[in-house]
Amino acid sequence: MTHTPLNVKELRDQLHTLATRDGIRRWDLGASRGMNASVQVDRGEAKQMKAAQRSSITVRVWNEQGLVGITSTSDLSPGGLEKALHGAYQASSFGNTEDIPGFSPLATAPIPELDRPLKPSQSIQKLLSTLKEVEEELLSKHPAIETVPYNGLTEGNSERIYLNSEGALRHMQRTQASLYLYARAEESGRKPRSGGAVRVALGSSDLDLAGCIKEAAERTISHLNYKPIDTGRYLVCFTPEAFLDLIGAFNSMLNARSILDGVSLSSKESLGQQLAVPFFNLHDNGLHPDHVGAAAFDGEGTPTKRLCLIGNGTLENLLHSEATARQFGVSPTGHAGLGAKVSVGPDWFEVTSSQGLISPAAHLDHRSTQEPFVLIESLSALHAGVKASQGAFSLPFDGWLVKDGERISVEAATIAGDIREVLKEIVHLEPHEVVTHQGVSPHVWVDGLAITGEA
Amino acid sequence: MRAGADLVEVFLERTDHLGVLAEQERITSVSPSFGMGAGIRVFLGHRDGFVSTNDLSESGLVQALDQALAMLELEHKGLQREGGFQGLHQLKDFGAKKDTWLAQSPELAEITQRLLEGTARLDQLGQHLDVRRGSFSRDWQEVLVAASDGTYARDIRLHQSSGLSVLAADGEHRASIARRFGSSDRPDDLREWDVDAAANEVCSSAATMLHADYVDGGQMPVVLANRFGGVIFHEACGHLLETTQVERGTTPFADQVGKTIANPAVTAIDEGLSTGAFGSLSMDDEGMESQKTVLIENGVLKGFLSDRAGELRTGHPRTGSGRRQNHGFAAASRMRNTYIAAGPHSTDELIQSVDCGLYCKSMGGGSVGPTGQFNFSVEEGYIIENGQLGRPVKGATLIGEAKEVMPRISMCANDLDLAAGYCGSVSGNISVTVGQPHIKVDSITVGGR
Repeated sequence: MTHTPLNVKELRDQLHTLATRDGIRRWDLGASRGMNASVQVDRGEAKQMKAAQRSSITVRVWNEQGLVGITSTSDLSPGGLEKALHGAYQASSFGNTEDIPGFSPLATAPIPELDRPLKPSQSIQKLLSTLKEVEEELLSKHPAIETVPYNGLTEGNSERIYLNSEGALRHMQRTQASLYLYARAEESGRKPRSGGAVRVALGSSDLDLAGCIKEAAERTISHLNYKPIDTGRYLVCFTPEAFLDLIGAFNSMLNARSILDGVSLSSKESLGQQLAVPFFNLHDNGLHPDHVGAAAFDGEGTPTKRLCLIGNGTLENLLHSEATARQFGVSPTGHAGLGAKVSVGPDWFEVTSSQGLISPAAHLDHRSTQEPFVLIESLSALHAGVKASQGAFSLPFDGWLVKDGERISVEAATIAGDIREVLKEIVHLEPHEVVTHQGVSPHVWVDGLAITGEA
Repeated sequence: MRAGADLVEVFLERTDHLGVLAEQERITSVSPSFGMGAGIRVFLGHRDGFVSTNDLSESGLVQALDQALAMLELEHKGLQREGGFQGLHQLKDFGAKKDTWLAQSPELAEITQRLLEGTARLDQLGQHLDVRRGSFSRDWQEVLVAASDGTYARDIRLHQSSGLSVLAADGEHRASIARRFGSSDRPDDLREWDVDAAANEVCSSAATMLHADYVDGGQMPVVLANRFGGVIFHEACGHLLETTQVERGTTPFADQVGKTIANPAVTAIDEGLSTGAFGSLSMDDEGMESQKTVLIENGVLKGFLSDRAGELRTGHPRTGSGRRQNHGFAAASRMRNTYIAAGPHSTDELIQSVDCGLYCKSMGGGSVGPTGQFNFSVEEGYIIENGQLGRPVKGATLIGEAKEVMPRISMCANDLDLAAGYCGSVSGNISVTVGQPHIKVDSITVGGR
């Protein structure tokens, strides 16, 4: 399937003509188009191959009263555009008079240069043969690994635009590929165990296939020797992936929209307050060089930038859209979507330790620590077990009880706590910061977290 | 077919969606959207290729078909052999009587009024409410399925859901409570929604949970309430009875048909067409008429939920369970209206049989992993002591494995009820119904602190 790039100027002219005809003077539009192909295999055989061509536009209009209406559609034809414009105008009658989004003052500001070269795609048959080889190699890593029930190799390209009636015009294209492998292993008389790994890259030929195979195999094998864990409170070490998942699930603490909506643990007064231990830093950096899916602008056209959210444990900034930034008297931060009520969200977290500050348990190292601890590899069911507005979490996890350097996989257990306590009870951030497919973080140590097991 | 495929299926779709949000005394979001698209799937042997597109022009569809064929190393331009396709059957038009449904559904003005009634009632009934929200979602979908085995069917689906949610806060104490109510095929659903009852239920739960302590974790018996309590079967067992799981080798029940896999107290059903229920379908997304499927009868596994690919790859006959979120997904075997059937007991008998355990009155979401370990959260819970309900507790997550838990469902009450929900899986997010009477599980891991 060929990919015809969006003709941005033509789209702008069409919308301008339609809006002018209908007396709509203020409007903006976000559009996206993408194509991808993916393959799955099952014990050496192709299982399902997929490809998708998708497109969508979202149109916002401001009516005579200045109220905003919106409509989205997958129909990019002139007829679809006209229908969307009319729908948005009708919806504007129900616009919120108390919170009216506007154009971002930065929608025409220079955007950062991203070094993300577009990579050529490979044929789906090539993807298939690659994945078959990958699966075969993973299956050969241990006799207990009999299947890789969840696997996929995906490659695609996409483009996004933002434009408005005041002349803003943003356009970007990118390519992206991903590989995920989730193996299942079972030994006689024992429960099945599983483990997985993910890799992303700009193109499928750049994927770290060997690393993904190795990590999936090691994780799966490491869970074969499992035991129930006693219910109690433990010294816990979160892997970078697990900690990023946890902090991401509570991003409403850092989200100005959530604060204004009253569903955040933070308030306007939280800025400048101590939220975490002094040696803890958290940035959002959508421009990080390892962030494969980086975009130079957000849904409102605001440039992306690196933003310090928590510095030396203190809440320094929040994630903003145009509307929330206006209410807080600051500039938009490049984290907005596009909607009747604009959503705000993080892009790419960087967890780091503060320069020159020593944590109280600097001796801890997940590779060598002899005292007993629980190493949390991954957290499950974040959608169900996290109460973001309450700060509470109770989540199943995969991990190990580590004693005298020996790792015993934990069978069927949950970890529970309060994110505010977690951030203030971090006892150590290991010095090595790990780049994952979803952000950057070191291993993070927290003492006294509640774990419920079957023992 | 002339390219050598075993079967070609085309799924065409038009959608019209409306989402509305009310917060406190005002409407804060009105989000209409509409769209169209096609999904083309080609089967050859046990393999299939699937291509989806928004481009419904002739060239766009031909290009998509070419790509789907190429995935299987087929080429239609060569016309290598005559074969197969004898034409489509007469159109089965399940949507003929539903063409007026979209027009019969409430207009924006009526929707906003109803939601504002809801948030106003929350304000009247609740205490310490920092946030009051009412939400509405209407999904209208017209589908046409044509396949080279002659399948030719059209349907119209209408799903509406209304919800109320609150965040109650009193100093350090916080409770967030949400309830969703949903139906299918009922244009008047929002008009008939009992806003007062819904607001009362939400406020009552928030008042109870606001000052509740966190539950102490451990192994214990639990009694799960009816309606959304059915999420336990959905997550613990339902997903493992989809042929998708048989294909992946991730279900422990693959070769257990005819064998006892659950307590004899358990009979479980997945019904395609329960009047008005959120997961109901006149036909599935492969054009097959819906049916009632008994999954477990008195503890004995009777069968699986199967779609076209599931039948092809596992041999389990199709059950009208091929479902997908939209044209962007290939259909897969998915649940519809899934419930545990009523038993002989009263709810009081279940609670009285527990010396020390947990009563789960309201459940949150859940999931199941590749080894069959499931989990779900408890939104509103109570300690059971000496057969009596005690203090409310929060923060519980229940985890377990189907093979171990299903035999421990030892008692079912006589108060079966259903609840609407959404299920996310390989073919996207779809509307489903979960349900059960009150049930007792003899022992399960309750995660707490």
